[in-house]
Amino acid sequence: MKKNIGVYICHCGTNIAATVDCEELVRFSSALPGVKMARDYRYLCSDPGQDLIKKDIRELSLDRVVIAACSPRMHEATFRNLLSSEGINPYLLNIANIREQCSWVHHDRGKATEKARHILRAAVARVLGQEALTPRKFGIQPSVLVVGAGIAGIQAALNIAGGGMKVTLVEKSPFIGGHMAQLDKTFPTLDCSSCIFTPRTVEVARNRQIELLVNSEVTEVTGFVGNFKTKIRKNPTYVDFIKCTGCGDCVEACVLKKGVPSEFEEGMARRRAIYIPFPQAVPLKAVVDKESCLLLSKGKCKKTCVEACKAGALDFEQKEEVIEKEVGSIIIATGYDPFDPHLLPQYGYGVYDNILTGLQFERLSSPSGPNRGEILLKDGTVPKAIAFFHCIGSRDENTNLHCSRICCMASMKQAHLAKEKTGAEIYEFYIDINAFGKGYQEFYKRVREEGIFFIRGKGSEIFKRDGRLVVAAEDTLLGTAVEIPVDLVVLGTGLTARHDAEKVAQTFGISRSADGFFMEAHPKLRPVATQVDGVFLAGCCQGPKDIPDTVAQASAAAAEVMSLLNKGEIEVEPTIATIDPELCAGCKLCIEICPHSAIEFLEMKGISSVNEALCKGCGACTAICPNKAARQNHFTHNQVLAEVDSLVEKEFNVKAQNPNVKSMTND
Amino acid sequence: MKIDPKTFIHDYQLNICIQCGTCTGGCPVKFRSPLNMRRLVRETHLTDNFSSISKRAELWACTTCSTCSLRCPSGVKNVELIMGIRNFLANKGEVPSTIRDALENTLLQGNPWGRFRDRRADWAQDLGVKIFGEETSETLFYVGCAPSYDPRVQSVSTSLVRIFQKAGVDFAILGKKESCCGNEIRRMGEQALFKKLAKDNTALFKKLGVKRIITISPHCYNAFKNEYPDLNIPVQHYTQVLVDLIEAGKLHLSKELGISVTYHDPCFLGKQNKVFDEPRKILNSIPGCDFIEMERSRERSLCCEGGGGRMWAEGGTEGKRNGEIRIREAVALAAKTLATACPFCLLTFEDSVKTSGLAEQIVVKDIAELVMEALEVQ
Repeated sequence: MKKNIGVYICHCGTNIAATVDCEELVRFSSALPGVKMARDYRYLCSDPGQDLIKKDIRELSLDRVVIAACSPRMHEATFRNLLSSEGINPYLLNIANIREQCSWVHHDRGKATEKARHILRAAVARVLGQEALTPRKFGIQPSVLVVGAGIAGIQAALNIAGGGMKVTLVEKSPFIGGHMAQLDKTFPTLDCSSCIFTPRTVEVARNRQIELLVNSEVTEVTGFVGNFKTKIRKNPTYVDFIKCTGCGDCVEACVLKKGVPSEFEEGMARRRAIYIPFPQAVPLKAVVDKESCLLLSKGKCKKTCVEACKAGALDFEQKEEVIEKEVGSIIIATGYDPFDPHLLPQYGYGVYDNILTGLQFERLSSPSGPNRGEILLKDGTVPKAIAFFHCIGSRDENTNLHCSRICCMASMKQAHLAKEKTGAEIYEFYIDINAFGKGYQEFYKRVREEGIFFIRGKGSEIFKRDGRLVVAAEDTLLGTAVEIPVDLVVLGTGLTARHDAEKVAQTFGISRSADGFFMEAHPKLRPVATQVDGVFLAGCCQGPKDIPDTVAQASAAAAEVMSLLNKGEIEVEPTIATIDPELCAGCKLCIEICPHSAIEFLEMKGISSVNEALCKGCGACTAICPNKAARQNHFTHNQVLAEVDSLVEKEFNVKAQNPNVKSMTND
Repeated sequence: MKIDPKTFIHDYQLNICIQCGTCTGGCPVKFRSPLNMRRLVRETHLTDNFSSISKRAELWACTTCSTCSLRCPSGVKNVELIMGIRNFLANKGEVPSTIRDALENTLLQGNPWGRFRDRRADWAQDLGVKIFGEETSETLFYVGCAPSYDPRVQSVSTSLVRIFQKAGVDFAILGKKESCCGNEIRRMGEQALFKKLAKDNTALFKKLGVKRIITISPHCYNAFKNEYPDLNIPVQHYTQVLVDLIEAGKLHLSKELGISVTYHDPCFLGKQNKVFDEPRKILNSIPGCDFIEMERSRERSLCCEGGGGRMWAEGGTEGKRNGEIRIREAVALAAKTLATACPFCLLTFEDSVKTSGLAEQIVVKDIAELVMEALEVQ
């Protein structure tokens, strides 16, 4: 059947036209085999540009279209939609990229035009062999898995539940709230963190759309967008949550009187082996830590907790449980680890008392913390001078190169609280003040007005002289080295990727950026998506963020999930692989190489077969198949070779344009 | 000779400096000289009059302890910059006269003090030590310049020989054939002489079939381990060897010393080469040795000012020496002995004990000497 190709050459303003002779391309392509019409236009993506093409399709009965313009990443979808609207299968479009791959990277107009001709001719040769394809459709499970119940996971879960969908919220630790639950007041408005946060955590526990699984981890994810199958391991807490009233009698009774450092209090206080970390904990249930519990670790204990519990909630026979959930979409909100300042020994962290991390200061300053909010030194006295060090474990080649974004503001907020509570002399050692958010610069001005000394220089070291801590740095604005005796130092410790980020990335099949955080699909335009369809990111697991940005991103992820799930069914690109059962010899090479485990072996027939739902169309099987039984839709050997043949053809010989001449494949 | 400052910018990464002052803040001579490492980086980066910078006396105040480079959040090679400027001056013959003498002496006699090459092994005469050439061994005990010639440090060399003999370690020294390792030579700016020493020493060690090198000085250890391009022979500081011997039960430290001792981490052993635990393990295995940790220890150890050619430089600094500060810190801990594991630290502290008038209260010892004392059975 004769094919009627329309070729359209875009000037892209001067982006293309300044370097490539578009009129020459029109003349050239008019003579190519199968081409019925060739035109150029200033902006093909504009409405008049698209109308021009539509008119030609109707009047000239075009059945295939080549657009010579920008990268297909920009406008392939635009023009595919155009074809669909005119009743032509969208896979009969081909884009010749003469901008990114030609006009933008060359200066010589003659040579650039020559190259554009090659690109265009290859595109026309390819489109001749392209086939109509129909997107596959699958149903979508109307439920969501949210991993991590800090502020990001909680916000996303509440948004989605509010939209009427079922959410499974999985939290690794026995309590929800993450790092935000540990904070005292929040910058720049100085809202009390627990006052604004507790209503949210309580709502999570109350909301019937949300199933909360604490002390649990996602261990396995299979399936694909709309139809993920997940396995969640629920670790034993040795307390029956249904019976437990959260009264705390067991905690009082625990024989481990000396206790172990409390995770929630950042080691600033100790807890027993059975514990409730803080009064507003959700769920408000006691849990047993099997590492420190004498019965579970040593096998010997008086079990005073069992005696004390009037509800009979203790259950040392509890075993781990595996829960399977089928969900349509997943949001990962696993948060961050604070930087461990032991890695920078010059700061004497762990050597001296009264050197704290940022989070330790939050606990010290929190009314629910070990000192009930009084900022006191280890010996119980009030500090007279306090130093805050910025950029500890951030912006540092020796640790993490990234800026942790929150530490400048957190440090200044802490300085404000410390000034208010102690009246101490306060020094902020900084490199640059990154006060980028709404109201942040104003807050910076406010703390300066409060009489806090800002010294532009990074803290170099901390040592002790005459029993007092001494901080050493340079006041770089004066060019003078300084050594200032202080009583308390707070290290503005940065945010790092969680220690188990690699394991999580592997479980969900997502990747990480160089800084170790999870990688978004596009840094600007798809900031909450991942390269795995249906898996989204929220909060600090994607990179350091303050609370407003975390909440905004969590809501964005929730919106993405809802827009996906509301469709009810999902269209998946038809550009996947198929295996010709007549040609397959059953060698299984394709099964070995498939990165998505999308090929299965049919034992009865002795051949391999592609699972359409799982295939991502990477083409690995097509390349490795020795029999050419595996075939990649939209990238068939014929199509690709037609393009290659055309590109390597030196002379523009119109007679040699038959794309089928040199191909020797089965299709 | 002209220098293109762009070379400095490129070689020492000056353009990535964020001017945070971490370098200056931690510099051991920040209060003792006008040297401001941060400003030097900036000025060298921006200047079109390099000679105005290179003439400054404070360039010789740097001890090359490397605290600045190790802490720099941007990866600026501050100490290499100092050495680069000194190299520029050495090539022009514009180094201070005492430095010039040290460099010439090394070229002529193989040691910066200009002592006779032929007398390098005099200290070992009656010790029954094998000398390469006469006898052979797979282990080279590389003595170094100060331990060969300086009467105070010779006691360290002698102690180590006796310890090794007692533990049955097979080793030999180079005797008169030993030459300076060049570590300080490179730091005084004579890159060409350093390269020559490295080449000659490497060729000599290989010719003699050396399979392992033990050094007394952390400075020699650093040169062999990090700066000899083609050596490929395992190098150990003697503290690492002693720990192995003690742990293998080959050294029986039996004599109760009944002392309280603190330890100063030498920069070239500790912060630059991360040998922190071995010296402490040795001190803790000496009977009757009450070990007290200094306030500024390990990575935060305060440089004694003995490195970077400071043994041969005069002036450039003022005020109380770090050596004296360290002695006072040790005395304040009620330590009766300040131990260290570096010939230069030993010498600067011996000086400081005298100048601070605290000789009644504290003695300075090398760890090797303490081990030797603990080995001697009454």
